[in-house]
Amino acid sequence: MGEVYLPILVLGILGAAFAVFSVAAPSIIGPRRYNRARLDAYECGIDPTPQPIGGGRFPIKYYLTAMLFIVFDIEIVFLYPFAVAFDQLRLFGLIEMAVFIVTVLAVYAYVWRRGGLEWD
Amino acid sequence: MSSLLAAASFDVPTIEYGQLSPMLIIFGVAVLSLLVEAFAPRGSRRPIQLVLVFAGLAAAFAAVVMIRGTQHIAAMGSVAVDGPALFMQGAILVLAFIAALVMAERQVDPLGDAFAPRASALPGSTDEIAFTRLGWLQTEVWPLFLFSVGGMLLFPASADLLTMFVALEVVSLPLYIMAGLARRRRLLSQEAALKYFVLGAFSSAFFLYGTALFYGYAGSVDLSAISDALTANAGSMWLVITATGLVSVGLLFKIGAVPFHQWTPDVYQGSPTPVTGFMAACTKIAAFGALLRIMYVALGGIRWDWRPMMYVIAALTMIVGTLFALTQTDMKRMLAYSSIAQAGFMLVGVIATNQAGLSGTMVYLVAYGIATIGAFAIVTLVRDSTGEASHLSQWAGLGRKAPIVASAFALFLLAFAGIPLTSGFTGKFAVFTAGIAGGATPVVIIGLVASAVAAFFYVRVIVLMFFNEPTSDDGVSVVVPSGFTTLAITISVALTLVIGLVPQLILDLANQAGLFIR
Repeated sequence: MGEVYLPILVLGILGAAFAVFSVAAPSIIGPRRYNRARLDAYECGIDPTPQPIGGGRFPIKYYLTAMLFIVFDIEIVFLYPFAVAFDQLRLFGLIEMAVFIVTVLAVYAYVWRRGGLEWD
Repeated sequence: MSSLLAAASFDVPTIEYGQLSPMLIIFGVAVLSLLVEAFAPRGSRRPIQLVLVFAGLAAAFAAVVMIRGTQHIAAMGSVAVDGPALFMQGAILVLAFIAALVMAERQVDPLGDAFAPRASALPGSTDEIAFTRLGWLQTEVWPLFLFSVGGMLLFPASADLLTMFVALEVVSLPLYIMAGLARRRRLLSQEAALKYFVLGAFSSAFFLYGTALFYGYAGSVDLSAISDALTANAGSMWLVITATGLVSVGLLFKIGAVPFHQWTPDVYQGSPTPVTGFMAACTKIAAFGALLRIMYVALGGIRWDWRPMMYVIAALTMIVGTLFALTQTDMKRMLAYSSIAQAGFMLVGVIATNQAGLSGTMVYLVAYGIATIGAFAIVTLVRDSTGEASHLSQWAGLGRKAPIVASAFALFLLAFAGIPLTSGFTGKFAVFTAGIAGGATPVVIIGLVASAVAAFFYVRVIVLMFFNEPTSDDGVSVVVPSGFTTLAITISVALTLVIGLVPQLILDLANQAGLFIR
């Protein structure tokens, strides 16, 4: 029973180790040249402090870009298994992937035509 | 690594495209409709969208008629194409057609249709005024509508809980946006959208957690596999009961049953009225279809365990819906509480857990849906200079100002009340007899008492319209609509009368639909 969950435990340990390593290694071996920008918290390019009154508002553009990223990210996630097994899936796989890609493309066309890809 | 190699040889999955054609048509048309938004010039979008929507709904209905009689679990066990599913799909398509007619109306509001000229413009801003003056329309409402209808077709046909969850989201996400698109009283509309979204997302999480627990119990999210696991008494009963409760919360929220009804009056009031009609009628059919399928197919074997819970919820829903409807002063809120009470009556059919309960609930859903869309269509017509005049006092003496419209509204109210010779009586009779046959007599008695109390507030509106003097110069008038709303109300009146006068037609149809397949 226990050994079924062993890979999950190993994965957890590896994940934790990677996180600790990524934080610890630069602080030990990296050069220490501090300036104001380096000491700032990193928040996707937004000025983190001082916060505007009322907490401030994020431009809706961030949301749009993040969502587009997720859409294409997920598309790739589905394309990988298809690429591995497309010959065994035969016509079924071709039809289903065509439907999937056409759907994503339609959304892409909508976003493009309605100015979703322009930053300003 | 071994699991990867084992996966190297597998059976190629199959999908029965013909049996899924109603959904495929609607989703296909929805994608086309999205492309129209992207490429068609602004002025020609509305006519193209209307052609697409009505042709798509008609084609999907034709597809449902073509595949009638199918009894098959399609798409590798995830979509059940059976009699009840096809009955509900047909009903959703007909009601969506009527709702689309009301949504297409552009004549009752001098500023345009029921939707904001540009949903992204701040309410009351100069942008909004400029867009209104240009006569812009937010035609994106049509692809949203179609995606939602597609989800509704899948919802009652889902044969596993995960497909059902995806369908639930496809139904809901477009509705959240549509609820916030009202042209008038935009802040109220946006508040409604936000409430609906937050509470809807919360209830989806309940559904998903219940699904996870069912998977933990049965090792599958398949409804028939859960039923088999229950027969084999596979594990902890507490797990099943918790899972049943959680999944029920998700579905009862969509149905608007007490105590998960809090969103209903606010959302029904704030949403653009044509959307409210669509949402109240079609979402309820889809969600009841899903609830019936889970309770009958997966949990039919343990009905003695979930029935007490449903007894309490059905009784509470009928009582709370009726009592709160009595105290409302706003027409849309009153109709919202009335829809809560109606959901309670329909739950009696769910509790019955027999074939009569299934077919009775389906008949009730159709009768209620038609009257609901018709009633909300009429709410869009009673207006003053600021938009819809939805306060009850503004409806006083409407029978003198516009006798035909007021009579139609009175007919829908009588149908809600379940007066004989209207569709509501057919539905109530079918559900209550099924409830007694299914051994749920105490709930039926509560239902009968609640119906009698409910009849009071429906009749009160009729009295208000026909026997009260109109308040002088309050500026309320009944607007003459274009052919769209006229046709919608005419169809609703005709169907309400037909189902009431010749109930055998729809009762036979619902009985022929038979039971869910496993």
